[in-house]
Amino acid sequence: MLEMLTQFEMLAYILAGLLFILALAGLSQQKTANRGNLFGVCGMALALVAVIVVTLAGNAEIAAQTAGLMVVGIAIGAAIGVWRAVKVQMTEMPQLVAMLHQFVGLAAVLVGFNSFFIEPGGHFQGAMNAYHLGEVGLAIFIGAVTFTGSIVAFLKLSAKISGKPLMIPGRNAINAIMVLVCLACIGWLINTTGVEAGLVPLIIITVVSLVLGAHLVLAIGGGDMPVVVSMLNSYSGWAAAMAGFTLGNDLLIITGSLVGSSGAYLSYIMCKGMNRSFASVILGGFGDGATAGSGEQKDYGTHTEITAEEAATALKAAKTVVITPGYGMAVAQAQFPVADLTRKLKERGVDVKFGIHPVAGRMPGHMNVLLAEAKVPYDAVFEMDEINDDFGEVDEVLVIGANDTVNPSALTEPGSPIAGMPVLKVWEANHVIAFKRSMGNAGYAGVVNPLFYNDNTDMLLGDAKGSVEAIIAAL
Amino acid sequence: MRIGIPKEPYEAQTLVAASPDTVGKLIKLGYDVCVESGAGVSASYFDDAYEAAGASILPKEDVWSSDIVTCLDTPTDAELSLMKPGSTLIARMSPWGNDELINKFHDMGITALAMDAVPRISRAQSLDVRSSMMNVAGYRAVIEAANEFGRTFTGQGLAAIGTAGSMGAQVSATDVRPEVADQVESLGGTFVEIPVKQQSSDGYAKALDEEQQKLTLAVYTEQAALNDIVITTAAVPGRPAPLLITAEAVAGMKPGSIVVDMGASPLGGNCELSRPGEVVVTDNGVKIVGYTDLPSRMPGQASQLFGQNIVNFLKLATPEKDGVLKLDMEDEVQRGVAVTLDGDIMWPPPPVKVSAAPAAVAEAEAAEPEPKPEKSAFQKHWWKVLVGILAVALIVGAPPEMANHFIVFMLACVVGFYVITNVTHSLHTPLMSETNAISGIIIVGALLQIVNFDNPVVVVLAFIAMTIASINIFGGFLVTDRMLKMFERSSE
Repeated sequence: MLEMLTQFEMLAYILAGLLFILALAGLSQQKTANRGNLFGVCGMALALVAVIVVTLAGNAEIAAQTAGLMVVGIAIGAAIGVWRAVKVQMTEMPQLVAMLHQFVGLAAVLVGFNSFFIEPGGHFQGAMNAYHLGEVGLAIFIGAVTFTGSIVAFLKLSAKISGKPLMIPGRNAINAIMVLVCLACIGWLINTTGVEAGLVPLIIITVVSLVLGAHLVLAIGGGDMPVVVSMLNSYSGWAAAMAGFTLGNDLLIITGSLVGSSGAYLSYIMCKGMNRSFASVILGGFGDGATAGSGEQKDYGTHTEITAEEAATALKAAKTVVITPGYGMAVAQAQFPVADLTRKLKERGVDVKFGIHPVAGRMPGHMNVLLAEAKVPYDAVFEMDEINDDFGEVDEVLVIGANDTVNPSALTEPGSPIAGMPVLKVWEANHVIAFKRSMGNAGYAGVVNPLFYNDNTDMLLGDAKGSVEAIIAAL
Repeated sequence: MRIGIPKEPYEAQTLVAASPDTVGKLIKLGYDVCVESGAGVSASYFDDAYEAAGASILPKEDVWSSDIVTCLDTPTDAELSLMKPGSTLIARMSPWGNDELINKFHDMGITALAMDAVPRISRAQSLDVRSSMMNVAGYRAVIEAANEFGRTFTGQGLAAIGTAGSMGAQVSATDVRPEVADQVESLGGTFVEIPVKQQSSDGYAKALDEEQQKLTLAVYTEQAALNDIVITTAAVPGRPAPLLITAEAVAGMKPGSIVVDMGASPLGGNCELSRPGEVVVTDNGVKIVGYTDLPSRMPGQASQLFGQNIVNFLKLATPEKDGVLKLDMEDEVQRGVAVTLDGDIMWPPPPVKVSAAPAAVAEAEAAEPEPKPEKSAFQKHWWKVLVGILAVALIVGAPPEMANHFIVFMLACVVGFYVITNVTHSLHTPLMSETNAISGIIIVGALLQIVNFDNPVVVVLAFIAMTIASINIFGGFLVTDRMLKMFERSSE
């Protein structure tokens, strides 16, 4: 009986692992995405059923109580999860994702501690003992960094704390010391025997890595948030994998490393989109150069303004229009009127396209989700590389709540904090209309955008949603 | 800088390297443009049209002494002698194995850019003159075939275009590169499978070995007999065109059938019986069209396309749009066309890798911060070596029952990379929420631990972990589903 259960468990694990791989592969393409998600659900269901059945069967004498705890716990989690998933606004996706990361981080810490309580130093012999405790230490280290890092990211993304990078002098040295302390404590931990002796280094690791996680993300500027979100995604995977090591559970290891390495690859794509190295994103925010350069701000002249009616007239005369949205569109919830405007213009025979910068918004693919929500067909939505050479032939560009991603100084001013970052060359178009709340606030990188002072740029100041609605009315 | 557009020195050449439209685009890039008087006449572009576009009309000598001269093919020595040292020539040059020509450029001290050597990568498509000229030629080939065919194609009038479409498919159908099959089928054509697969690493078909050749010839012979019109266009750069249609195959064709051999040249064409520049009628009544000047038979369109290729190239080589040519030898496209650079011989360029599948692999391998180019191989890769050593040490040092887990771990990491290598940008957010849901798998740990009733701390911690992991599982999958539904709707 027990042997059959073990076989069933192994089989379920293999199947679940395969289904998760298929889920991620499916999610890479529009056509197969739905199927991918279904695979994911099946894999998870299979894994849960297998683990629950095997656990209950293996502990028959306390099966009832255990089952009760499981049902209650999962029900509470399910209720919260469903509630959040149904309620969340698409503009709040980055926060939700960051929030989910923190749960994985915390769960990994808790599982790591449990692993330690159940099998403390001395439970195994020799190398096995050292490896086990080392894995516990690493699981808690990564889990804790993910946990507080995600909390800070969540707070920054939901604007509960400032998005400005926190620049403590010598912060790289501080980070390095914290990492070394954790490593030293892991070294200490693997030589302990019993719960009491091991608890001391374990708690030091926990506290230090909690601080480290918060500090790492605090130091990163808002403009780098897409990378941070996908980086934390990767970390949460590694945390799960480490927890799997402490338990010797292959399913956890497989799934965790799948998430970890795919997240690392996503982060790499993001970094490429910003022409920044991974290390520079982790180690320092955009604000770095901005604070240094703010004293010698250039004078770009004065900006010109345009009314919604004038903008409507300009759009009527245009043949080709490209809309480049940014985080501002999300904040103003302007994606619906923007989609409306798109339809109206298309009815008039105007060619309307969207140009999406890889790091527009606060998480990878953020803008695509918003436009999809507003039912903009995705064949009208183009990546930066697909559209960037065509701006010369465009009559009107609507910059809606984007700033750093359309900033020409990234290409023209080597000293700029965003220098070298690929940007949408909207200024090559015949005419640009930039939607902005006011002239005062700079983009997330804190850099002045000379685009807004160009002769062929007109500013349409005010709430983006209101402005777009006014244009629709004037059409 | 001044760009000169000379009249083509060869009598038969009816094309010109710029149309008034592309002249306007060159001027937009910051260049001055001068056109030799009468340069575009045979393409029906007259001097006043060029003047209206902003070019100045100058005599031959002045045009050839411009900073940049662009023409169709390598000019004769008489024209070359008019060029000044340090200037740039942009034209088709067939530099493969043409050392004499390369040395000539070297002696003259000019920069020679061979537009027929553009690497076949998708980014360079817009400036590849061979692609554009072959497109014109292919179109013209259908017209010539129809002209010689003497009957209407199946159907009337407009159907000729539809038939031309299927002809176009026939053209590509003779391809040995498997990736072409999809391209053919996407155009509505059928792909005639050839029992030889060739993985092209540089976008070109390669010369086939003898065995392969036999197999392909058999297919062509069979197809030739089935079809009324056969258009061949095979070419291997720097070599004579491969033989596709043997005399025997022609003999098997129906009387009145047409072979248009776009590969016809003095060195031999795709068809054994074709003669360059002529229409040959065989004993069994098959006409073999060997025109070598198909683009020249529609000079206006061809000139416009050629000129647009030149504009697209100069766009690349004029990053500041200030009318100053700035060649970037780090760029594989610009490196690829450079035959000489200010007299220094650059030919041949290093090979360019383009085939789709290996490229994707390379991307995955490079999935770490890009190293700065000036670093040495060791500096670039030291961390990989370190990771490797650590991995080996971990496995060697680990107790056997644990080593298994490390192997599983490493394999899963690699799979994770590969599985999302081709992810579309628009799906980044759903992908992330999906991985969020999947990393809820940590619940397994909590479920396994919760049975330790003898330690209440463990039970409490496991309970908390289980609860929050469930939030991930249910929230993650559900929100992914919500987003994907929106994408679905938006595409309707």
